[in-house]
Amino acid sequence: MHAIEARGLTKTYPGDVRALDGLSFSVEEGTVFGLLGPNGAGKSTAVKILTTLSHPDSGEASVGGFDVLGEPARVRKAIGVVGQHSGLDHEATGRENLKLQGQLHDLGGRALDRRVDELMEQFGLADAAGRLVREYSGGMQRRLDIALALVHHPRVLFLDEPTTGLDPEVRAEMWKEIERLTGEGLTVLLTTHYMDEADHLASALAIVDSGRIVAEGTPDELKRELRGDAIHVELEGSVDGDVRAALERLDAVREVVVNGQAVHARADDGARTVPTVLAALDAGGFPVASVTVARPSLDDVYLRYTGRTFSAAEAESEQTTKEEDR
Amino acid sequence: MIVRFLRHSQHFAVRDLLALVRQPVWIGVTLVQPVIWLLLFGALFESVAELPGFPTDDYIQFIAPGVVMFTAFFSAGWSGMAIIEEIDRGILDRFLVSPMQRLALIAGRLLQGTVTILIQSLIIVVLALVVGAEFENGIGGIGVLFGLAALIGAGFGALSNALALVIRKEESLIGAVSFLQLPLAFLSTTFMVEDLMPGWMQTVSDFNPLNWAVESGRAAVSASPDWGEIAGYAGLLAGFLVLGSWLAVSAFRAYQKSV
Repeated sequence: MHAIEARGLTKTYPGDVRALDGLSFSVEEGTVFGLLGPNGAGKSTAVKILTTLSHPDSGEASVGGFDVLGEPARVRKAIGVVGQHSGLDHEATGRENLKLQGQLHDLGGRALDRRVDELMEQFGLADAAGRLVREYSGGMQRRLDIALALVHHPRVLFLDEPTTGLDPEVRAEMWKEIERLTGEGLTVLLTTHYMDEADHLASALAIVDSGRIVAEGTPDELKRELRGDAIHVELEGSVDGDVRAALERLDAVREVVVNGQAVHARADDGARTVPTVLAALDAGGFPVASVTVARPSLDDVYLRYTGRTFSAAEAESEQTTKEEDR
Repeated sequence: MIVRFLRHSQHFAVRDLLALVRQPVWIGVTLVQPVIWLLLFGALFESVAELPGFPTDDYIQFIAPGVVMFTAFFSAGWSGMAIIEEIDRGILDRFLVSPMQRLALIAGRLLQGTVTILIQSLIIVVLALVVGAEFENGIGGIGVLFGLAALIGAGFGALSNALALVIRKEESLIGAVSFLQLPLAFLSTTFMVEDLMPGWMQTVSDFNPLNWAVESGRAAVSASPDWGEIAGYAGLLAGFLVLGSWLAVSAFRAYQKSV
């Protein structure tokens, strides 16, 4: 049985913002599934629908074996959710936040007190349990967010961009936390716009672009599909003329993508191909600022399936959708 | 279902009361206005009570029950502010994806509001007594006055929460509430006896829940209350609370459509 199934989800927000455009994927029980994509790709919208917060315009979904639209109350009991923004009550203590969350799941008495102590301990918050959340650091708040999501022993955990906005050290710490959880048989849906995060944490992942899945597989499978090395060339000055045509003439070079001054291409042996690439660009009258060769990464997978680099997609989505959270 | 609702309401009320205890200054802030109305306005318009047709010659005594209602109504108006903060902080979304009883979130907040209102009402009554007003029906009358104040506060509190869930911006809620407060207060008998109000105002005031509370509250503390009339007003106020609660629950659905 799949812990999460989404079939043909669509959602359009007022103002004709198409957040989801037929999103389908499924997640095996007990695995960490990553939804990877730039801001505005529709990841958060997908999480909102799967967690019963929001309704799709069409399509269907089930979580933990329950229909998201037909049995929302059952879904809510089966899931834990860590939202993109921390959802903590700042005027209450850490312990009070955690306890209330347990009470909403109809836990109580000694069992709840024990669970609260256990989680506070587990997430290194035991000493801060009686302090107001307002006084917590960003990393402590994020850890408490996860503790809240786990208080009722959910079967499926949603982590919506759990490390966005955290500094690198705290991020590394969060990764450890998440890895530890997934050792315990929990199914996790992780959304992220960090390539390295998906690569590191997810055992299977799907790349989302403009509200659709464009590629799916394990990180290694996706990378393996890309034969050879990535060559990235940065051109100097304004680019006029057909860079693409100049490079595609070369036998050793495949999959040429031009993005403004950035040129991406693929070659079986990157190091050996660079001189020919440089010569061809020189002959075409394109001055080169820099060139790099890299082993395939998820970034390249993204580029291959969407035709743009990840950073370009991010910048684009920031321009077009001023509104966040979609 | 009802047991879960009560239990969740209790949990939310405890949380909200703890937040209130941590910021008790809030009660003081919402008291500034009514104290001004009771003491400054009351003193300034002292001679209004000499008008023919005025039931008492002590103006402060006349407005005191009205100021209690008006304070309950004012502080209830801001009840929705907290839910906007919960929306902005992502707290509401966290609650909505948990198996919470939705109306309990509002009910907890209204219980906290009721505690605030009872404290405020007590302070106003004591102040009025200090400046010489009399509550002719004694403690019992004052008790009923407090109960009615709690009822009108809960009704407008529910409405404020419903409004907050729909407009979702603190500035807009402040705008909407401030826009309503004074007109509703002036379209009631808080500051003037009904017979001396212009005819159209008398008509409008019949449909003003604040006026139901002011009229019944004033009657409850008067020397010889008409309990039947007071019960009638209490029924209307209870109906108003049910309407507000229904709107608040519907507003959750409207909110979820927009996320």
